[in-house]
Amino acid sequence: MKLTKTDHYKAFSVPLLQENPISIQMLGICSALAVTVQMKTAIVMGLSLTFVLSFSNLTISLMRNVIPRNIRMIVELSVIASLVIVADEILRAFLYDISKQLSVFVGLIITNCIVMGRAETYALGHTPGLSFMDGLGNGAGYSSVLISVAFIRELLGSGKLLGYQVIPTMAYDLGYENMGFMLLAPAAFIIIGLLVWLQNWLTHDR
Amino acid sequence: MKLIQTIFDKSRRHFEKNGKLAFLFPFYDATETFFFIPGHTTRSDSHIRDSLDVKRYMSFVIVALMPPFIFGIYNAGYQSNLFSGKSLDLIPVFLCGLALVLPIVAVSYLVGFFWETTFASIRNHPISEGFLVTGLLFPLTLPPTIPLWQVAVGISFGVVIGKEIFGGTGRNILNPALTGRAFLFFAYPGNMSGDPVWVAVSKAKEVVVDTVSSATPLAVSKLVESGDRIESVLSNMDYSFFTLLMGRYPGSIGATSALLCFVGAGLLVFVGVASFRIIVGGIVGVLSMGLLLNLLAGESTAAWFSLNPLYHLVMGGSAFGIAYMATDPVSAPGMNASRWIYGFCIGGLTVLIRVFNPAFPEGIMLAILFMNLFSPLLDYFVIKFKLKKRIVNV
Repeated sequence: MKLTKTDHYKAFSVPLLQENPISIQMLGICSALAVTVQMKTAIVMGLSLTFVLSFSNLTISLMRNVIPRNIRMIVELSVIASLVIVADEILRAFLYDISKQLSVFVGLIITNCIVMGRAETYALGHTPGLSFMDGLGNGAGYSSVLISVAFIRELLGSGKLLGYQVIPTMAYDLGYENMGFMLLAPAAFIIIGLLVWLQNWLTHDR
Repeated sequence: MKLIQTIFDKSRRHFEKNGKLAFLFPFYDATETFFFIPGHTTRSDSHIRDSLDVKRYMSFVIVALMPPFIFGIYNAGYQSNLFSGKSLDLIPVFLCGLALVLPIVAVSYLVGFFWETTFASIRNHPISEGFLVTGLLFPLTLPPTIPLWQVAVGISFGVVIGKEIFGGTGRNILNPALTGRAFLFFAYPGNMSGDPVWVAVSKAKEVVVDTVSSATPLAVSKLVESGDRIESVLSNMDYSFFTLLMGRYPGSIGATSALLCFVGAGLLVFVGVASFRIIVGGIVGVLSMGLLLNLLAGESTAAWFSLNPLYHLVMGGSAFGIAYMATDPVSAPGMNASRWIYGFCIGGLTVLIRVFNPAFPEGIMLAILFMNLFSPLLDYFVIKFKLKKRIVNV
């Protein structure tokens, strides 16, 4: 069977575009507003969320037959919370500066709607392998939107990419200016909206 | 007239289906209906059409915008020449103003027109005339020193985000011109606020002018210490009430002259385009909120509190906003009662923002955008209230 036809591949690829958690399902918007001023923080945030999401999906899917139905939320939460603490500690140990910039937002992954949503709707009903791939796919979908938004915001807002000056000083001499609006949270709303528009326009055949 | 008619008739075949220039039909249509009342018929019931269609409607607004526009050109030139120490005669002042203002208006129209045509071609609907008004309103709210590329960015944002994503003219919830201005205000605050932006001092003669400050009346009032009277500080700076009313002071291009704005507003009300309820409501809102703050004024409160409410009406852009922005028929509510409330809240909020928020000296822009968001809600409640008064099943 071709790779693109397997269930695992589908579990990974569908959330990338067709069911993108941010641009289609509109989940996890709050962190997308907060951490997308710079690409660096957006990438780290995307990686942490992907880590938490795929392993929480894996763990919950492994336990899905032994979790009592009426306390499943609490079990899911404790799994997610442990993973978030692990991610947070890793960031503090190895990427201290970025972890400082991200401040509470890594900790807030625990309240991210995507993680809980995938655990509830997918991991509880699918095999561990599929759930893991689904977590990876959703994480990648989330990260891709985050990074595109951060790309636009950092480029227009401060003229940099990943902290390096991209827009030449000559442009500033000619009268170009950074768009201060891009550093404010509403800019992320507008960019996400425009990205959704673009995606709908490209994928829907009218 | 005959001649124009024949030109249109002869060139029509190129623009109709299968013609060489069929993709430009919206453009052709727009130009033709600018000269003649269109012969379109309605597609469904109610076959009565008012000759006051969208195009005439918008043309009236353009006509009403002429007084502040022309005065804006004069004023921009006057301030520039005054601060550069050049001749203050009418003609050089006017020429200087033209050189300052016309490029801004031209860029605004060109870029706005580009977006309008793009969307009209993709969506296959006629070019709407709304942008004629937006394209003129927008530059009138800008300082004369604004860089042209920022005008282009601002009008693009206003037209695309403020209007086209909602479906074009008639469907926008925000006033597109103000959306563009608000965007510029937050995106490039250095070019939209602060003392140096309001007067275009020409680089050649920067010698004469250290004595005069180019601060706007609003900026001056903001700095007045509590205990002092704003009125006296203003008149020390040569901003008497009469100057403020006539509008010969630094400020946004078209928004300085309260008197001409109200003349334009009167014209709009007279031809039935603007709702007098919004305008009167706005004026009453400004005055009553100003009076209320006067009552609250004490020893320790900011100087703003004790300002004569009439000053709120003539300073800055409040008159322009109430006359031309708040009355935008699309983003304003449609019921008479809600128009009163809408106008009143705009006036009141303007004063509140001015007095209580030192970061935004000009409150009218935010007040109008804020109330735009509420206008569907106001209509909803007014309609609900009216339905309640009906007698059931009669």
